[in-house]
Amino acid sequence: MGVGIDVEHLNAWYGSNHTLQDINLNIPANHATALIGPSGCGKSTFVRCLNRMHETNPIARATGVVKMGDVDIYKDASPVVIRRRVGMVFQRPNPFPTMSIYDNVASGLKLNGFSNRAILDETVERSLKAAALWEEVKDDLKKKSGASLSGGQQQRMCIARALAVDPEVLLMDEPASALDPVSTSKIEDLIFQLKSQYTIVIVTHNMQQAARVAENTGFFLNGKMVEFSSTHTIFTNPRDKRTEDYITGRFG
Amino acid sequence: MNHLVTGLAVLSTVLVIVPLVAILVYLVYKGASSLNMDFFTHIPAPVGESGGGMANSMLGSGIILLLASSMGIPVGIAAGVYLAEYGRGRMLAMSVRFTADVLNGIPSIVMGIAAYSLIVMRQLHFSAFSGGVALAIMMVPTITRTTEEMLMTVPHAIREAALGLGVPKWRTVISVSLRTASPGIITGCMLAFARVAGETAPLLFTAFGNQFWSFKLNEPIAALPLQIYVYAISPYDEWHRLAWAGSLVLILMIMVSVTLVRIYAGRNTLKGAS
Repeated sequence: MGVGIDVEHLNAWYGSNHTLQDINLNIPANHATALIGPSGCGKSTFVRCLNRMHETNPIARATGVVKMGDVDIYKDASPVVIRRRVGMVFQRPNPFPTMSIYDNVASGLKLNGFSNRAILDETVERSLKAAALWEEVKDDLKKKSGASLSGGQQQRMCIARALAVDPEVLLMDEPASALDPVSTSKIEDLIFQLKSQYTIVIVTHNMQQAARVAENTGFFLNGKMVEFSSTHTIFTNPRDKRTEDYITGRFG
Repeated sequence: MNHLVTGLAVLSTVLVIVPLVAILVYLVYKGASSLNMDFFTHIPAPVGESGGGMANSMLGSGIILLLASSMGIPVGIAAGVYLAEYGRGRMLAMSVRFTADVLNGIPSIVMGIAAYSLIVMRQLHFSAFSGGVALAIMMVPTITRTTEEMLMTVPHAIREAALGLGVPKWRTVISVSLRTASPGIITGCMLAFARVAGETAPLLFTAFGNQFWSFKLNEPIAALPLQIYVYAISPYDEWHRLAWAGSLVLILMIMVSVTLVRIYAGRNTLKGAS
């Protein structure tokens, strides 16, 4: 089951560049939350702060409180533990090129020292089914490299890989921006199904996509969160003038 | 213009291949006739007697190279990993990189002198071990720099994928970065191996050479390049022929070991793997 995330006074920097400024936000469990905004507004930085990927860059740092349920992810746990609870899907599919499809999906477990064959088999099948890829790849799971799949299949494999470690939250950083329309709609269908079991945060450039998959939407601009409310409100009756300008296409 | 460039490329390729093939053909022509069972099973015959072989030199070369590889390859790869994965922008990394480049250009006889003063002078006897150390030092810079270069070609996105799954950094480095870069790293190791396999100068006053069988690491040991050197500068025709045969065997040994490693490393490649 998913878990809610409370963000309080989150600030983030790249070097001297203050990329996130005092973000406060409640992300409800088992819902999809979309983050929209122009390029460079800080929405990717924001999701990377939710699983402590932000700090893998040596010049980056963050302050503030991010609570997953009762756990303060910056105080109570190591980044490695947090990243197992918070899965991430990146903008471009990033399969491990030397690994088979099976090993790609099982990698999160295998690389953490888990080796029970039967459970691995079952997890790989369950994850690929959840990512709607099982039927397409079940015959060459161990024969083909993960890199040999098409872009859309690779991205669904990356989703399966993230699901295999059984996270509670799934972060998706523009997961469909490098894909064709058919693959994109498959990914969107998937998000729709997955949110019954996971808390989903999706960064997107595509406002129709936000409207299709997310119950709540946040609008980011220049490192600040301008507005956060139900997707319906954001798109039909935004409070802030800047949100209205953005969604009506006046800038960005 | 197209024809000109293509022509130049073909010409250069021919220029590269001709000396290689010529050397091989000449070695076979001069050396093959002296290759017989004795050559592979006997130790050198005393001066004045005919026959004899280089069996102890082949074994000696094998031992020295095994020693050198088992020291040089792990150290070289580990240093390359530090440069690429941990030391970005650090003073230590910059000085290691600089040292490796300088070390790469140092004449091999200097490596021999280094091993001589570090090990032989202390133990007061020549040894297979000191020869192995001299060759290992020669292998390290090539392996370190290729490992670094190859790790740098691994896309950052792949490392992020592993880190994002909660895989610790050390495991990401070993199972993702190194594994993805392994074909190039293996090539680097093979290049370093092939380069030191034929080295004579560093062994002159470390392994020293031996006319008899020796299996001990702390005693002087025979080596093919040393034996070739001794035979080639001798005044006897038969020894000259044996030197040719030894050269041929040395090159074949290098070719066979490089090929075996390539086959072994390539056997697990998956369909569509990049």
